[in-house]
Amino acid sequence: MASLDDLKKRILSVKSTQKITKAMKMVAAAKLKRAQENAEKGRPYSEKMNNIILNLSNGISDKENAPKLLAGTGNDKVHLCVVLTSDRGLCGGFNSNIIKKAKAYFSKITSEGKNLKIITVGSKGYDQLKRQYNDKIVNKISFKESKNINFFDAEKVSKIIIESFQKNEFDVCTIFYNKFKNVITQIPQAQQIIPLKSSETGNENEKDNYEFEPEEDEILGNLLPKNISTQIFKAMLENSASEQGSRMSAMDNATRNAGEMVDKLTIQYNRSRQAAITKELIEIISGAESL
Amino acid sequence: MSEEFKLEIVNPEKSFLSKEDVTEVLVPAYEGDMGILKDHISIISFLKPGILKVFSKSGEDKYYVEDGIIEFKDNTLSILTSSIFSLDKIDRSYVSQSLSDSEKLLSKEDLDDQSRFLISQKIDVLKSISSN
Repeated sequence: MASLDDLKKRILSVKSTQKITKAMKMVAAAKLKRAQENAEKGRPYSEKMNNIILNLSNGISDKENAPKLLAGTGNDKVHLCVVLTSDRGLCGGFNSNIIKKAKAYFSKITSEGKNLKIITVGSKGYDQLKRQYNDKIVNKISFKESKNINFFDAEKVSKIIIESFQKNEFDVCTIFYNKFKNVITQIPQAQQIIPLKSSETGNENEKDNYEFEPEEDEILGNLLPKNISTQIFKAMLENSASEQGSRMSAMDNATRNAGEMVDKLTIQYNRSRQAAITKELIEIISGAESL
Repeated sequence: MSEEFKLEIVNPEKSFLSKEDVTEVLVPAYEGDMGILKDHISIISFLKPGILKVFSKSGEDKYYVEDGIIEFKDNTLSILTSSIFSLDKIDRSYVSQSLSDSEKLLSKEDLDDQSRFLISQKIDVLKSISSN
């Protein structure tokens, strides 16, 4: 049994851990609010962009000559996976969930005999993937310096993707990120961005007659790279909201667990203190009796 | 009949402007400036650097845009752009910075015609802003 002194020390150390987790929870809660707002504000842009692209691709007359970003290279050999994670730890299962989803996809790809290339965004993803997939990682990007998520960062990532697509280095590109549902639930997502998968093919009957200026394919050629930046930006926004939410609930749990532990240890401490007193009393009494 | 339609300008980060009482918008479209009034035919086009003018009941607003996409449909004009600045509030240092950057870019030789055209457009507009 641990001595009284040891117990005292442990209680103290658990208490100070609790202080840290409590502070982190508060910080995450404040950041979450901002991140959530940002994610919500960013939604109209990506939705509008999606709509326009949908309308355009419906209106395009000859599908054979559609831009490659839309139609794909015709091959399905090399898969590029962009894994978006956070730069900081202590956020529960946030990073592991993305990595788990990505790894499942990776093993599916490799078992089908296709080539795999990985770009990691955020240092935590790189840390978790480098052991198993080090030879597959072609690029790692981290935005540790930029405090807020901004569009230029997303553009940087998409530039790398598009440049390597133009060099025919891959055929299919998928991004992995956590979609923010609420504070407790974040859903890891795999979204294919090249070639573009039109998610809603159902509403083709209401074809709008648009006037295009300049020609459809020229607009598409200009728009598709932008759409990739937009999608990545959206993923980054969702990710940051998810990260803060995940951290908040993880830290909340940790604070609660620390509280329970303090209670348990305090009881143990009091019991052993009492036992020591009783023991001493017995010793005194039996000493007096023997006289 | 009112002559008004709806205008929405969205940034990637946020909704930049939303107005219900717009009477005319003058956009610097890729193939030339374009005035859009109510009941315009549905159109999709993209922007080159230039001045965007919004006429509404409350007056006239001017914005400087660098790029973007416009869509007009059902009397709603949506403008998606990553870089838009109100001309009244534009940062002078940003203008001169971006002007010198673009001039440097233009002096490079491996430019294709399209980007050369876009950059010289940008320089023209920026010059006209800074001279005001």
